[in-house]
Amino acid sequence: MKAQTRNRLIALGALVVAGAGLAFIALGNMGENLVYYWTPSEMVSQGEKAYSATIRLGGLVKKGSIQWNPEHTQLSFRVADNKDDAAQSVLVKTSEIPPQMFREGIGVVVEGTYDRSGVFSSSRLMVNHSNEYRPPKAGEHDDWKKSVADTTGTR
Amino acid sequence: MSHSDFGYGLVLAGLAFAAFGAVVGLTSGLMRREAGAVWARRAVYGFFACMIGANLTMIHALVTHDFSVKYVAQVGSRATPVLYTVVSLWSALEGSILFWGAIMASYVLAFTLVHRKEHPRYMSLAMGTMLSVGVFFAFLIAGPANPFGTLPNPPADGPGPNALLQNHALMIIHPPMLYMGYVGMVVPFGVAVAGLLRGEIGEAWMTPLRRWTMVAWTFLSVGIILGAWWAYAVLGWGGYWAWDPVENASFLPWLTATAFMHSTMVLERKRMLKLWTLSLALVTFWLTIVGTFMTRSGIFNSVHSFTQSDIGPTFLVFIGMLAVFSIALLAIRGPVLEAEGRIQSLFSRDTSILLNNLLMVAITFTVFIGTVFPLISEAVQHRRVSVGEPYFNKMAVPPGLAVLFLMGVGPMLPWGTPDRQRVVRQFLLPGGAALVTVVACLLFGLTGFLPLLTFACAAFAGVITLRELFLPAATRMREKQENVVTAVFQSAAKARRRFGGYIVHLGIIVIFVAVAASQSYVTHVKGTVTKDKPLSIGGYTLRFKGLSEGQEPHRRFITANLEVTTPSGKVEPLAPRMNYYERSTDPIGTPAVRSVAYEDLYVSLLAFSPENGGQATFNTWIFPMVGWIWWSIPMLVLGSLIALWPSRRRAVATSTSSAPPLSEEAAPAAQKGAA
Repeated sequence: MKAQTRNRLIALGALVVAGAGLAFIALGNMGENLVYYWTPSEMVSQGEKAYSATIRLGGLVKKGSIQWNPEHTQLSFRVADNKDDAAQSVLVKTSEIPPQMFREGIGVVVEGTYDRSGVFSSSRLMVNHSNEYRPPKAGEHDDWKKSVADTTGTR
Repeated sequence: MSHSDFGYGLVLAGLAFAAFGAVVGLTSGLMRREAGAVWARRAVYGFFACMIGANLTMIHALVTHDFSVKYVAQVGSRATPVLYTVVSLWSALEGSILFWGAIMASYVLAFTLVHRKEHPRYMSLAMGTMLSVGVFFAFLIAGPANPFGTLPNPPADGPGPNALLQNHALMIIHPPMLYMGYVGMVVPFGVAVAGLLRGEIGEAWMTPLRRWTMVAWTFLSVGIILGAWWAYAVLGWGGYWAWDPVENASFLPWLTATAFMHSTMVLERKRMLKLWTLSLALVTFWLTIVGTFMTRSGIFNSVHSFTQSDIGPTFLVFIGMLAVFSIALLAIRGPVLEAEGRIQSLFSRDTSILLNNLLMVAITFTVFIGTVFPLISEAVQHRRVSVGEPYFNKMAVPPGLAVLFLMGVGPMLPWGTPDRQRVVRQFLLPGGAALVTVVACLLFGLTGFLPLLTFACAAFAGVITLRELFLPAATRMREKQENVVTAVFQSAAKARRRFGGYIVHLGIIVIFVAVAASQSYVTHVKGTVTKDKPLSIGGYTLRFKGLSEGQEPHRRFITANLEVTTPSGKVEPLAPRMNYYERSTDPIGTPAVRSVAYEDLYVSLLAFSPENGGQATFNTWIFPMVGWIWWSIPMLVLGSLIALWPSRRRAVATSTSSAPPLSEEAAPAAQKGAA
């Protein structure tokens, strides 16, 4: 074996060992920082495991569940699997401010943790941008038109 | 003839040109026949003409609203302004792959024209390799991602491009920059493969390898930074980098390309690290293809992946083939490349560049693992996870700081064996600067281990870089009695690559400092304002003056009118807004940013309502120094331009053969010795 080939094999071996070590460290660190994507029913069915994890809970905002206290920026609502009234849902509490398009029935993803009292505490609230581009239905813009009319008048 | 037929015909012709050129170029190159180069070159011209023609056809179809073309029906709309109509060429999957093809063809053409006098065997192999990649992309455009499909019953109007893309002018220049960076790596790939196939990396062949990488690297850097700026200016979540898979996809090849450009210096100086350098060139290209796949196949569920299509399998096959081919090529031809030099000292520039290379590859590796892990987890364990930002910060920040430190160490140390006393003497000033920086920060009440370490390393590397930049000029001023401007200009002209490179280094140091400051010393307040209840953040006070509405050609908007009292007592208006697009049901916010040199006040409108006489809710941040991230772009571009500026003398030298470009590196060291 030529000296250069031997050196290269040694270098390759060293790189592989270093890479394996790095991968080991990386995977170890990853375990602590994994974020699980679950729907309400998936999360509830995880049992114990759900209580220690960082979770992105995705679903629809349940009808009639939104409670918003602007004084203390306390928002609570239920995230449900689907539009069905009987669908599994989870109570979410957050100090995030509901964005403009936040409303009943809209798709949301909340990031946070689930505790044993059955409350999902969220530090991040994301509203799904609908990926379909369709013209707004008649009346869909009414609310903001009205709100502008009301506030510009009082300026 | 319809747009569809004409455009599709051009794509097929382009595919034929690419296939022909690839076969002719590679076979004639491998069989040592020189006649093939002419034909490969003609195939490049044909490929270029077809790809540009196909893109122009699509643009024409878009502008004339020919909704019988599927892609136009998908992204076009009569209400969209012409500029955004043209831009929608790359606003969705099929069009962006078509655009890819045009950029790629332009790069191959530029390479062919610039180096046409190069050795025909090299050129045949290089053109053949690049056209093989062209075959893949032309096939993709002709088949799985065909934008020229027809609709039997064309609609009267289309939905228009994604509203997020129409929301900010940055979206017009950010994707082309990024593509020019990605696609440009095809040239160094072709050059490296040609060198490997031939079994030698001559002096003459290193120059195009390095310079074309630098061209693509500059575009890629600008593209990445503009992307961060766009996220900051449009998305309204108050950040610019989230380790999103799409961001990572652009960062990975950037890292390996950066490592590559540095290892070429060792290769040129010491005639070693040949195999390593070429591996980096191949890996970089592979990562750009993986990145395109990640961005364009919609495989990740991220904000960017608004496109879904069946190009995934085709891409995966190509990625696999590319990996097998590259590894096989390196294994088979590697033994031919012999190292002629070796590292003599641990405290030399060679060692520090090698260390920096290893660190950058390590960052690439861990970021790559974190990026693809969710895919593997979903495929194997059927669970959907994502890897959180803390992982990436933990894995990338410490080695990143080591890279910053070595950015100072490398230029400070000489090549080969250093003189110990001189190294100590050289170290005193920058070391002192780092210490003073830390003390000054503490006196100003700035704390935190990581940011202070970053500032210290930045001061260290910054002082060394400035010294390397201007010491030659200072010497000239003393010895030749030149004035400042002449001395700087002359010393820069004498060592363009060095001078340009150090300006780029300064830009990178600025980015490090800006990122550290804006991440570590951020202030965040959210709250609701009414006419009587202002909001305070830092030294700023925001007073609510009511809502107003407005109209632009493609959107309506609601503005929350604010009056800001700055810490210095100035009163200024600020108007974050919410945009409503004709064709989109969801509003998209535009945050308002008040920038001064040292900090940004960032106000994002979350919600508004007419209750209590009008109120609005905001997310507000103060980001120290964040603007410097994007203001570094001119430095990066200027540095790259200086380094790339063609020198007449060198152009002759490369085509004839091997005048080693060592003189420019040696000169400043000698001057320093004299000083």
